[in-house]
Amino acid sequence: MTALVRIPTVLRPAMGGDASVAVEGDTVGEVLDHLTASHPNVKGQLLNDDGTLHRFLNVYINDDDVRYLGGVNAPITNGDEITLLPAVAGGTL
Amino acid sequence: MLRLRPEHRDAMIATCVRALPDEGCGLLLGTPDGVVSEVMASVNVAHSAKVYEIDSRVMLRAYRESEAKGTVVLGVFHSHTHSEAYPSPTDVAQAPDPQWHYVLVSLRDVPSVVRSYRIVEGTISEEEVSH
Repeated sequence: MTALVRIPTVLRPAMGGDASVAVEGDTVGEVLDHLTASHPNVKGQLLNDDGTLHRFLNVYINDDDVRYLGGVNAPITNGDEITLLPAVAGGTL
Repeated sequence: MLRLRPEHRDAMIATCVRALPDEGCGLLLGTPDGVVSEVMASVNVAHSAKVYEIDSRVMLRAYRESEAKGTVVLGVFHSHTHSEAYPSPTDVAQAPDPQWHYVLVSLRDVPSVVRSYRIVEGTISEEEVSH
């Protein structure tokens, strides 16, 4: 399967400047593995060491947050659009 | 500098008051030179008086809408319910984008205080909020 991954502006400088890139994979995890294989400098911002999604990253397949679709195991259909956006949080703790 | 109209300020404060006793939050859309065109309120999905987290669906909507309108996501606002309008160490550590404006709404005092900051590589600098 091939998905179109939309890169957030904050990550573009580290990823060659492209707004989107076509990446192969049957699951979100495979797509992110392939993406970070060619851009290892951003791996720590996308995935944890155990391969799960980074806490401060939102990943969507089309309109849906993959947290509700199985996380990195969420399946990809050919032509899916994957959007990466920062998860925005903070606090007084 | 962050430029916003009185209704944007009112919308941020109203969002934060409605969220009480939790922190309130939302996103700011506008032009890259720091002129706010829209305040997009979010549920605080952390449901906490001490931490906030923007709903991921609101985040996606903000990006889609700003792309369609030719604007950008300019930054984020959230409230401190009982402390001053200044970024906490957690706010700084988790600031996602050095281009963003980080607006703090303090509900500690009456009237509420709205201040804006830039956070670049862990360094906080306050900026003017003009109307």
